[in-house]
Amino acid sequence: MRALTWHGKHDVRVDTVPDPEIVNPRDAIIEVTSTAICGSDLHLYDGVIPGMLSGDILGHEFMGRVVETGPKSTLKKGQRVVVPFTISCGSCFFCQSKLYSACDNTNPAEKQDMTEALYGHSVSSLFGYSHLTGGYPGGQAEYVRVPFSDVGPIVIPDGMDDDDVLFLSDILPTGWQGAENANIQEGDTVAVWGCGPVGLFAVQSALAMGAGRVIAIDEYPNRLALARKLGAEIVDFKQTNVLEALTEMSGGMGPDSVIDAVGMESHGFAPDTVMDNIKQNIGIGADSAHALREAIMCVRKGGTVSIPGVYGGMLDKFPLGALMEKGVQVRSGQTHVQRYLDDLLRRIGDGELDTTFLISHRLPLEQAAEGYKNFRYNQNDWTKVVLKPGTQAN
Amino acid sequence: MYRDYLPTRRRSRDFDPSTLWLAGGLGLLLGAVGYGLYQQSGRNRVAHRPPDTAPARALRGRSGPRTVTGRTITIDRPRSEIYAFWRDFSNLSKVMESVHDVAMDGDLTRWTIAAPAGRHVSLVTRITEDRDGERIAWETTEASDIEHRGSVSLRDAPAGRGTEVVLDLEYLSPGGELGRFVAKSLQAEPHLQARRDLKRLKMLLETGEIATNANRPSAA
Repeated sequence: MRALTWHGKHDVRVDTVPDPEIVNPRDAIIEVTSTAICGSDLHLYDGVIPGMLSGDILGHEFMGRVVETGPKSTLKKGQRVVVPFTISCGSCFFCQSKLYSACDNTNPAEKQDMTEALYGHSVSSLFGYSHLTGGYPGGQAEYVRVPFSDVGPIVIPDGMDDDDVLFLSDILPTGWQGAENANIQEGDTVAVWGCGPVGLFAVQSALAMGAGRVIAIDEYPNRLALARKLGAEIVDFKQTNVLEALTEMSGGMGPDSVIDAVGMESHGFAPDTVMDNIKQNIGIGADSAHALREAIMCVRKGGTVSIPGVYGGMLDKFPLGALMEKGVQVRSGQTHVQRYLDDLLRRIGDGELDTTFLISHRLPLEQAAEGYKNFRYNQNDWTKVVLKPGTQAN
Repeated sequence: MYRDYLPTRRRSRDFDPSTLWLAGGLGLLLGAVGYGLYQQSGRNRVAHRPPDTAPARALRGRSGPRTVTGRTITIDRPRSEIYAFWRDFSNLSKVMESVHDVAMDGDLTRWTIAAPAGRHVSLVTRITEDRDGERIAWETTEASDIEHRGSVSLRDAPAGRGTEVVLDLEYLSPGGELGRFVAKSLQAEPHLQARRDLKRLKMLLETGEIATNANRPSAA
């Protein structure tokens, strides 16, 4: 089959690789009809996430048709499914507590050593990501082996388009959980850093959860325009001092909740970003966290910081003093996708949530490398890339 | 107005004031580090430390030829089920990566275990303690290549979370420190093995399978 494989920093290619097969009883094989490039794929593209191996198949946002099932899978051949990017067993303590991304049993035992050394405990596996999280082959491919297929995938009714439901795999629930973690009360002011796909879904989710005002922060006019269309006020950090603006816009108090939908590759020009980037480049620090530092400075006393943005390593120059002295609470985590699927599928069906407004480009799988390059270097125009393995290259 | 270009003579012998700054900076840095260490060492010294409640395998700075290792894991299964699985030693080759073969021989069990550099070691164990649903302990007989003692203890986990499985292993490493270093570099060190084996046991008992990222059975 054809699949997008990682070979190093800024080097991804569509290669021919062996087709997947059923390995374990609960597996299923999915023929991919749609798959997207995620902002967190760009962290792999930029080589800032540790634990990647040359030849790894990327992609953790995907959906398709079931073509083969193991004896313990509950799926049936021919069903259309969206597959969560988190792989969860459904039976461990964490899955029972609906903390699916903390699943104990899906990260292969020999992969957990590295994760334990870095994070203290191992976490669930993810498709198409670092070997810290299992190193499972991903969905930017014609076929995917889906382990624990009786727990993750959600069956999609035939009337719904791929584009309507594809983002259930990651960014929609991630934006939703980001807003849920922000502890939004009716009428609250919420600030969201980053108007990429997760940030935009966090804006939409925060409004759906009763936020009185949402202020979105980015620098790209197109992305800010999308946020404004959803009902957000916007701040362009290239022309405005964010701390001053947010304080003034919230009556001098600061936003009740702040959401960091940027993660480890914050790029606003600031002294701390320069230092972080130097450390990233020489490999002694994974995270560039200007947005998070700024968010903590901006949040009101006793407010909530929600971090759906991805981080991987050790951070310094962290405003711990502001966090402690202001009595701020922090909530974070990879998304417990399975927790939200039924509710979000219903909301999409009822027209409560718009999931297609952010798609800027649809490409055949063969042009995936071009998609990565543009999504990375032309962020203003390329807001979301969906790959269609079934279609022909131009 | 033009002036002829006159190359400036390299004044290598002259004193370069930047050296002084560099030396001063280094001195300050060293001083700061030294003072920090001094502060650390002098702070609230304790002359005698009575033993704490942590298990012995969590001790800092273990040394000596005999190595004690172990690991605790919570498995969401009743004690009786885990006991029954473990008591049938032939089951263990499903979860223990380095165990090639388990053969019963009356009261004794013969284990063939993969060792570094493609070799195999053979262990013959005798059960020294067997309490239904609670504890199994074993030790090697003289017919073994490695001197080893081990036990698995089961206790109810709090809040209905199943069973806490404690594996304790004591062994005399083959070839001492060097052997252990080699084994570790090949990821066959018993501590790593114990950790991984317990995790596979948990996967198998909780989910019915052992997670793998292999895309084909031939690669698993």
